[in-house]
Amino acid sequence: MTDKPLLEVRNLRVEFPTREATLVAVDDISFHINAGEVLGVVGESGAGKSMTGAAIIGLIEPPGHIAGGEIIFDGQRIDNLSNTEIRKIRGRHIGAIFQDPLTSLNPLHTVGRQIIDTIITHLPLSQKQARTRALELLKEVGIPSAEERIDHYPHQFSGGMRQRVVIALALCADPKLIIADEPTTALDVSIQAQIINLLKGLCSQYDTAIMLVTHDMGVIAETADRVAVMYAGRIGEIGPVADIIQQPKLPYTVGLMGSIPAIGEDVERLTQIDGSMPRLNALPSGCRFHPRCPSAFAYCAIERPELIEAGNSQVACWLYDKEKGQGKSPAHGLQKTHTKAVSKTTTQPANTLLQVEGLKQYFDVSPPLLTRLLERTGRKYVHAVDGLDFTINRGETFGLVGESGCGKSTVARAIVGLYKATDGTICFDYVDDGGLDDKQRMQMIFQDPHASLNPRWRVREIVAEAIPAGTGSTKQKITARVGELLAQVGLAAEDARKYPHEFSGGQRQRISIARALAGEPEFLVCDEPTSALDVSVQAQILNLMVDLQRRMGLTYLFISHDLAVVNHISTKVGVMYLGRLVEWADTDTLFSNPQHPYTRMLLDSIPDLTNIGAKRSQVGGEVPSPINPPSGCTFHPRCPFATDRCKSEIPIASSVSGSSVACHAIEEKRLPDWKTS
Amino acid sequence: MLSFVLSRILQSFIVMIGVSLVAFSLFTYVGDPISNLVGIQTSDAKREKLRESLGLNDPMPVQFLRFIERASQFEFGISYQQKRKVGDIIAERLPATLELSFVSAMLALLIGIPAGIYTALHRKSWFSHFMLSASLVGVSLPTFLIGIMLIFVFAVNFNILPSFGRGEVVKLGFWSTGFLTASGLKALIMPSITLALFQMTLIMRLVRSEMLEVLRADYIKFARARGLSDRMVNFSYALMNTLVPVITITGLQLGSIIAFAIITETVFQWPGLGLMFIQAINEVDIPVMSTYLLLIAMFFVIINLIVDLLYYFVDPRLRVKQGD
Ligand SMILES: Nc1ncnc2c1ncn2[C@@H]1O[C@H](COP(=O)(O)OP(=O)(O)OP(=O)(O)O)[C@@H](O)[C@H]1O
Ligand code: SF4
Ligand code: SF4
Ligand SMILES: [Mg+2]
Repeated sequence: MTDKPLLEVRNLRVEFPTREATLVAVDDISFHINAGEVLGVVGESGAGKSMTGAAIIGLIEPPGHIAGGEIIFDGQRIDNLSNTEIRKIRGRHIGAIFQDPLTSLNPLHTVGRQIIDTIITHLPLSQKQARTRALELLKEVGIPSAEERIDHYPHQFSGGMRQRVVIALALCADPKLIIADEPTTALDVSIQAQIINLLKGLCSQYDTAIMLVTHDMGVIAETADRVAVMYAGRIGEIGPVADIIQQPKLPYTVGLMGSIPAIGEDVERLTQIDGSMPRLNALPSGCRFHPRCPSAFAYCAIERPELIEAGNSQVACWLYDKEKGQGKSPAHGLQKTHTKAVSKTTTQPANTLLQVEGLKQYFDVSPPLLTRLLERTGRKYVHAVDGLDFTINRGETFGLVGESGCGKSTVARAIVGLYKATDGTICFDYVDDGGLDDKQRMQMIFQDPHASLNPRWRVREIVAEAIPAGTGSTKQKITARVGELLAQVGLAAEDARKYPHEFSGGQRQRISIARALAGEPEFLVCDEPTSALDVSVQAQILNLMVDLQRRMGLTYLFISHDLAVVNHISTKVGVMYLGRLVEWADTDTLFSNPQHPYTRMLLDSIPDLTNIGAKRSQVGGEVPSPINPPSGCTFHPRCPFATDRCKSEIPIASSVSGSSVACHAIEEKRLPDWKTS
Repeated sequence: MLSFVLSRILQSFIVMIGVSLVAFSLFTYVGDPISNLVGIQTSDAKREKLRESLGLNDPMPVQFLRFIERASQFEFGISYQQKRKVGDIIAERLPATLELSFVSAMLALLIGIPAGIYTALHRKSWFSHFMLSASLVGVSLPTFLIGIMLIFVFAVNFNILPSFGRGEVVKLGFWSTGFLTASGLKALIMPSITLALFQMTLIMRLVRSEMLEVLRADYIKFARARGLSDRMVNFSYALMNTLVPVITITGLQLGSIIAFAIITETVFQWPGLGLMFIQAINEVDIPVMSTYLLLIAMFFVIINLIVDLLYYFVDPRLRVKQGD
């Protein structure tokens, strides 16, 4: 019970001096990590998660610095070490893994050289021995034909493979602790599962502890032993993973857990924590969560709560204080609304709004003519969308899912007319393509609310511009309309005077929705509208979209790589793989009884929040390049049921138990039932 | 690999042919070559005969082909003013310009790159601040002004450096060099500094900003997190990556050193190509002018080719194709 912790952080404080004031990014936090343990650190962006990790390995970017507290690693204080001394610990005893595998490796050196350099820095090995060790490591992290790949450059590896190399690099001196900062966020779900399994397996094999920083609760559920929840630079709750996920105590954690859409759960609205995390230069007094907390009471704004024991966990909340919280019940009003969503069962007769037939979109990515002549290669095309048929009925939400690069965004752009389709027809409301009126009745919302709003315009101008110049629109009328639109998306009329940078990510997405609604469209094409947002803010936007749909009878095409989000919001779902729809069906049908092997693979790779510690089923392989898609069924290199026929013949969609599926195995009735094996 | 080199060489050829066409048009269509060659009294019949014998009555493409054929043998016709072969004039002037440009380029690179690295790695040091402020002067003052100021101080006031000319030169075959005599070396100092200053500051600022960018990159952060030594992180990781984009721009800058030499050569009366070109403009000596253009274009193309090939060897992303 009292084994000495491997890492102990006491009252750590990280400050950033700026011209106006000193910002406190991490404010007086204490925690420990035991040997071999996985500590998950969760929280919204800006909560101070990465900063805590950087402080431990002494890599805070100046002018930031540790302003107080101490960090003790393996019995030695390390926060005040000189640069040379801490370098002996970095990489040797504490390893690190960062978010983006694409940019974590030096592009000019072979991966072998990078591993060997690191090994030689820390271990007394010769060049040759180091190479042998590097080879072993590459094999261990699952790089096929490592002897050959060791001399390859990073750009020759795919994202998932690069993250494996990064793991090899972090592990190469056999450290006792690894700080993994969002190690899977930049990866597709199927790859995410592979990387998490690998990391967890290797660490338990070598008894390495991990501090796993992530905002993905699913990853935490399957990996972590204990979890720390951070909010605005403080730890709000810390405890065993099962307690945090199933019986969260802190009102913030309760809200956070409720705002995550989950598959197999049918709620109309997600739990919503209103507002967003405060900025560091405007921290509320007392408990920093109190302006957003539904359980807040007078004392919360007065004094800052410290961590106290509550059950198996520790919580920083006055509700659990014997004196102050007397008689208060924690966290009311943060439960999910468990009413069946009306929109999920279409009652009206089907009324087609959009019909897409044989849509193809190729991009010419050929090298210049001269190179083509010299290398004797022909033109090259990216088959971004390669023959797509689907219809969307009035009032429904069609969800489009698939891994990165499978052509989802391209479909969206082709539909709103940003691309001229290579082939196929797009009929909107029975009018064939491109009539001017359609433009207004169809609007698009983009993933990145930063990039899609002109930073030099006030919100008023941004929204007003999209209001159609109709008959007799006076200045007052426009102002009134802008106010009305802002109110619809939950913003105040005064916000019209502000510039986009004065808003948070979620508010900016609200502005883009207001802009899209300006022309009173019937149909909204939403390309990953919540992917750049934190879960609690994502919940707000999803709830807003559901409300708007109900009120205005909107039809959505909702694109996302997140199956749980699509499950939550859609009435129908299409699954895309390499430019083709492989399966589409009603949401309930698709998620309860998936047919296509790819759909099943995607569902399998989602971490299960209710099943803590369970491993996801391993899925092999990665998405091939759309320039040279595999022959026949493009999924065959990754498919466990592939036959020779699959390699040569493109499967045609047929109807199977309520779904339309394009797969030979299903047609030949040799696919086992879902979840029976 | 081979196809990359071939395609680059082919591109260079195409550019050179384009430039030749310009030079050729200048040569053929600006002024009448015959009246520049003969006296006023020459009869029309004689002129016509000369025209025929020089091939000026042939169709344009034939003339152009002949022009290229002769240019490739370093035959550029006769200077109107000096009545000597342009090839000979160039051969005489070329060493002066090349030596001056070479010394300037070396100065610009050997000072500019280390200064850029230093100011990027030690952003806060007083020396960095000094270099940055000093470089502003280098970028903003016009070249001729710097030259004149140098002359005023070191030639007029202190009288320690010559204010014009190349000093004594030694002939090595057709090449005349100023590197081997004391006066030749002394004469090089001021012109080369004048010519190098602008490029030097530009290269320094470029290297600095590029390196600062690279130092913020994830792979640098990850390298530090693995405990690699500062030396390895700064030089083997950061510097290499800095140089990739710097190579291109630096190459082009070196090309423009040769082109910019015109001003410096005029200020210091340096007997090189630039001075020759200015004189040729004054005297409307078309063959000399068009040959100069051709030559400068060729230097640019060659430097560009070298830069492309260098790039190719430094950056594996170009060299090694993606995929497995
Ligand atoms: N303008 C373009 N020119 C060339 N290739 C393109 C272009 N736009 C998209 N592609 C390629 O087409 C393929 C499909 O791209 P698309 O953006 O539609 O994918 P996606 O499913 O939206 O992916 P993500 O989940 O990463 O957003 C990708 O391989 C992409 O690189
Ligand atoms: S201290 Fe008060 S405001 Fe803070 S989480 Fe607890 S109840 Fe909410
Ligand atoms: S068609 Fe063949 S390869 Fe494609 S998903 Fe079905 S079984 Fe697998
Ligand atoms: Mg996309």
